[in-house]
Amino acid sequence: MDQLNNYLFVAAILFSLGVFGVVTRRNGIAVLMGVELILNAANINFIAFSRFGATAAGNINLDGHVFGLLVIVLAAAEAAVALAIIINIYNNMNTINVDEASSLKQ
Amino acid sequence: MGILSLLIWLPILGMVTIAFIPRKYEKYIKITAAVATGIQLLLSLVLWQRFDAGIGTMQFMERLEWIPSFNIAYILGIDGLSLPMVILTALLCFICVFVSWNISKAVKGYFALFLLLDTGIIGVFLSLDFFLFYVFWEVMLLPMYFLIGIWGGPQREYAAIKFFLYTLFGSVLMLVGILGLYFSCGKTFDIPELMRIAPEALQGVVWWGMSGIKVIWVLLFIGFAIKVPVFPFHTWLPLAHVEAPTAISVILAGILLKLGVYGILRINYGLMPDGVYWFSGALAFLGLINVIWGGLCALAQTDLKKLVAYSSVNHMGYALIGMAAVIAAGAANGTNFKAAQAGIGGAVFQMFNHGTISAMLFILVGVIYERAHHRDIDGFGGLASQMPVYAGITAVAFFAGLGLPGLSGFISEAMCFIGAFPVYRGIVIASTIGILLNAAYFLWAFQRIFFGELNEKYNKLPEINRLELFTVVPLLVITIFFGIYPAPYLDIIARTMDMIINSVVSLSTFAGM
Amino acid sequence: MMEPYFIHFSLLILFLPLAAFVVQIFFGKHLPRQGDWVSVGAVVITLVLSLIMFVTMLFGHDSGFTEEASFTWLDMGAFSIQLGFLIDNITIIMLVVVALISTCSHVFSLQYMAGDIRYSRYYAYLGLFTFSMNGIVLANNLISMYMSWELVGVSSYLLIGHWFEKDTAADAGKKAFLTNRVGDIGFFIGIMLLYTSIGSFMFGDIFTGVAAGKIAGTTLTLAGIGLFMGAMGKSSQFPLHIWLPDAMEGPTPVSALMHAATMVAAGVYMSVRLFPLFTPDALLVVAYVGGFTALFAASIAVTQTDIKKVLAYSTVSQLGYMILAVGTGVYTAAFFHLLTHAMFKANLFYGSGSVIHAMHHALHKKHDHNTDPQDMRNMGGFKDKMPVTYWTMLISTLAIAGVPLFSGFLSKDAILAGTLAFAQHHPAHLLLPVFGFGAAALTAFYMFRLMFLTFHGAPQMPELIDDIHESPKEMTGPLVLLASLSVFIFYTLPYVNPLSDHGWFTDLVVAGNSFVPGNIPAHEIAEHAHDAHYTAMYISVAVAFFGIALAVLMYLGKVFSAENWAKSAGRLYDWSRNKYYFDENYDRFLYQPFFRLANKVAWLDWDLYDKYFINGFGRFTDWLSRVTGRFDYEGIDQGLVDGTGRIIDYLGSAFRKLQTGRLQNYLLYVTASLIILTIIQAF
Repeated sequence: MDQLNNYLFVAAILFSLGVFGVVTRRNGIAVLMGVELILNAANINFIAFSRFGATAAGNINLDGHVFGLLVIVLAAAEAAVALAIIINIYNNMNTINVDEASSLKQ
Repeated sequence: MGILSLLIWLPILGMVTIAFIPRKYEKYIKITAAVATGIQLLLSLVLWQRFDAGIGTMQFMERLEWIPSFNIAYILGIDGLSLPMVILTALLCFICVFVSWNISKAVKGYFALFLLLDTGIIGVFLSLDFFLFYVFWEVMLLPMYFLIGIWGGPQREYAAIKFFLYTLFGSVLMLVGILGLYFSCGKTFDIPELMRIAPEALQGVVWWGMSGIKVIWVLLFIGFAIKVPVFPFHTWLPLAHVEAPTAISVILAGILLKLGVYGILRINYGLMPDGVYWFSGALAFLGLINVIWGGLCALAQTDLKKLVAYSSVNHMGYALIGMAAVIAAGAANGTNFKAAQAGIGGAVFQMFNHGTISAMLFILVGVIYERAHHRDIDGFGGLASQMPVYAGITAVAFFAGLGLPGLSGFISEAMCFIGAFPVYRGIVIASTIGILLNAAYFLWAFQRIFFGELNEKYNKLPEINRLELFTVVPLLVITIFFGIYPAPYLDIIARTMDMIINSVVSLSTFAGM
Repeated sequence: MMEPYFIHFSLLILFLPLAAFVVQIFFGKHLPRQGDWVSVGAVVITLVLSLIMFVTMLFGHDSGFTEEASFTWLDMGAFSIQLGFLIDNITIIMLVVVALISTCSHVFSLQYMAGDIRYSRYYAYLGLFTFSMNGIVLANNLISMYMSWELVGVSSYLLIGHWFEKDTAADAGKKAFLTNRVGDIGFFIGIMLLYTSIGSFMFGDIFTGVAAGKIAGTTLTLAGIGLFMGAMGKSSQFPLHIWLPDAMEGPTPVSALMHAATMVAAGVYMSVRLFPLFTPDALLVVAYVGGFTALFAASIAVTQTDIKKVLAYSTVSQLGYMILAVGTGVYTAAFFHLLTHAMFKANLFYGSGSVIHAMHHALHKKHDHNTDPQDMRNMGGFKDKMPVTYWTMLISTLAIAGVPLFSGFLSKDAILAGTLAFAQHHPAHLLLPVFGFGAAALTAFYMFRLMFLTFHGAPQMPELIDDIHESPKEMTGPLVLLASLSVFIFYTLPYVNPLSDHGWFTDLVVAGNSFVPGNIPAHEIAEHAHDAHYTAMYISVAVAFFGIALAVLMYLGKVFSAENWAKSAGRLYDWSRNKYYFDENYDRFLYQPFFRLANKVAWLDWDLYDKYFINGFGRFTDWLSRVTGRFDYEGIDQGLVDGTGRIIDYLGSAFRKLQTGRLQNYLLYVTASLIILTIIQAF
């Protein structure tokens, strides 16, 4: 029960849900939510590998934990920036439907 | 500079001089042309004087390196076969300047092109490098195209382009043959050299499963045959003759046709004697067809010039039959050297005689065309009462054409027949009907034009004038002279003919056939 | 008798008339009297020279005499042609004949052709003819002979067509030349056959070669027949006889000279010369052709009304006799007849010329230009008005009819004896003497018919008779001369037996053996002929008498009616009158098809072969170039080159749709590509 694969599966499912959300949802906030899911899935992977990873001379490898913390901080920062962009988009286009933000269309 | 080079480049010099004379000085242009061709004629006579008739090989040879990387050189030489042709060319070109004296349209262009034509022809006869030969051969074509196409009759463009393309087709085939020889024989264009090495070098050469000798022989033959003209390549001739201006018809009939025969003798006979044996039967047969077909067609004509054109086809047939006789000297045919000499001598003599006689005939046709502006035989009648001198000269010319003894045509025809008889009995007997055909169409035409009641339209026709007489009488004198005393001509060609016969017989592997 | 100056004389004899020709052609019109004295002078000199040779021959009495001289004309090493002279008794006699008749013609023409539009040219051509004829006579090789042969043909053409404003004259000249050319084709083939086997053109070499067997059997027979074809053409034998009657369009002195005495005799002369190389088969052909022609032509002469036409057919018939003689082996008799015939036939022609001349003048005086002066039906009763003409013509008629005491009797008799002897020894060929004697009967008949119609009886055109008078002495002179030469005595000297032909001629002209191995020798032929001599003589006198009697009864005594006989003969009369429709049939079955063939060939060549086949190449190339051009422009340029551009353009617009501008799409693409790549990497 307490195997690496289980955690990886959970992380993969979360990742897929997150990608699905990013690619499919029209609402910008929803896209961001998907991004959070992706990040957290990656975090789970990190922690899982850190917990089940091989150790050198019996010491516990805490690299994954450290990266997990880093990712949480980055996610927070990135969420702030992304929300700022969305507020700007709303101010300019009066909508947060990402399909509308296609000025780079050819 | 050697005399042969002078002969070739003199007309070019004349042409360049004419190019600098302003267009409106027509008289000076004509005089320049006359002087250029006149000097050429004198030079050719000097050449004759200094020519040694006792040896059969090339004389007065000149050699300059031209394009060494391809082994192309500027080689000139003259022997018994080409000397009479050179003299004939010089003479006819000189005479034709006077025949064209009354050209009024674009005189400068006409005479410039004429002199270029002159160069081309003499060049072909004198050149002994295959590439040079081909160059001069092509040089001849272009002036002819313009001369016929601009100064000719109503259908001149059609005639010019047909003549040009037809002959060019032959030239292209010839080029393939030339290159074939070049590559098979060690990459040389040198004709005397090729004469020595070609028979052996071509042994075993195979082109697409056929013997290389045969293919090359036929390719070259077709190129020359178109010029002779051999049936079935003859249809350009009546058209070109009828549409060309008089002087050009004279050159065409008098010399250009001889280039074909010369080519066959110099190249096909000289370089590939094996092919001669293989082809001589066909050659004789083609000669027979020429004689009969040409004669019958001439009989049916109502245009005098076309009649004379077809008579040229007929006369060339005799030459072909004579040429086929060379194989008589082969061992299998009885080593009959007499027949071979008679045949080939007759053919070469016929070349010259037909040159003078046809030239005469065309000049005379031109005389009447100048006056009446048509050549319809049935449209005349009784002209002998109005123009007795013209009638008399035309009578002699017609009799020369039909091979009357005492005039040169008879001897050459007789020699061709006598030479070919031992080998091609049936063909010669069948072609003797040619002498009846000749007489029939010439006499019939003569009667329709000159005998009977004088056609009222022409009771003021002027007699032949001094200028025209000047152009015709020299040819007449030559015809009568050689008719009575052919020895001078035959002495010139005899040794070279021997060489040709010997090379065909001894170098040929088919000699035993 | 090997007189070297004979060669020099012969050179003069040969070339003087040629010189006269050249002078007359270029200067004739400007000379006084248009230069007739030049021609007459030249030919008189030739007569004198040949007579000197003749007399020398007579008193040298050597029958085997020959003199030969040759020179190399052309030489190419192995092939060479020699030309030269051969002078023997036959040559000399022939030279005299030619010179004599030529002189007579020249003199006769002084009056006959006076005032003619082309007087000097006429004399020029007479000179050319004399030159060419002598060329044949003197030739010692086949090439010389052939060359002179053709030149004689040209002279004939020019002289027959002398009055060329008349279409009939021009046509006749052309016909003569072309018919001769047909014969010449055979002649040349014969020459080629001989040369190929023997290697020389000289008579001597050829005879030696034949004797040595270098050419034999069928080839030799064919060569002989080939050479004989030349004789057939020149001597107007069947079936090439059509030109001689038409040749009467020429002036009468020309008819006398060429178409009676000399040119047409050239064929006989040639056959006589070349007799030693004819095989028995060839000789048989010769005999039949000659015999048939003799009878055939005589049968036409019987009904002709134009005086010259009668004489023309008579000439053809008499030539047939000579050829028959050659064929049956008695060729010296042929030559004898040639000699006598030349005299009396020329005389007859001159006589007819005299009559025609008189008729012309009479008609001219009456301004009658429509009546034919040559038609015997317009004549009659001229005997008293033209006595010299009458009596000389009568003598010649007696000669030609074969009446004893005249020259023709001797020569005809010799021929008939030979023919009879031949038939006696070859019974299968009985037809030959039938031909001979039949022709003799007819000859006697029609010649006397001519005399009676012209000179006897009542004048058919009485208004003319007062103006008919005798001709001037230039014209009667030759008549008298030749008439006297038609009497037997000149040929039998120094013997005076009118029934035997033994005389200087038979002494000097002795038949030589044939060179063909196996042919019967000459003396045998002579013996056989001698045996048959008396039988032949009786028969020939009988048939001559019969013919003359019939003519007398029909035209003089009017006992039989010519019209009734003509009507009862019906179809035969019609055929004879119209020369058996030969000309019409030749035209229908030979000339017209030939012209149609020529037109067809020309059409084939120009309108079919050239227009469709050769130009077809051009049209094909044109079509090909248009197709290629279209292919190039639309196919390659538009299709491929521009097409590539269009495809790219299309692809571009297609791919442009990927740029939606939406971030999510781009993310999707990235993710999808990653997954795919990973999967690919894994596999």
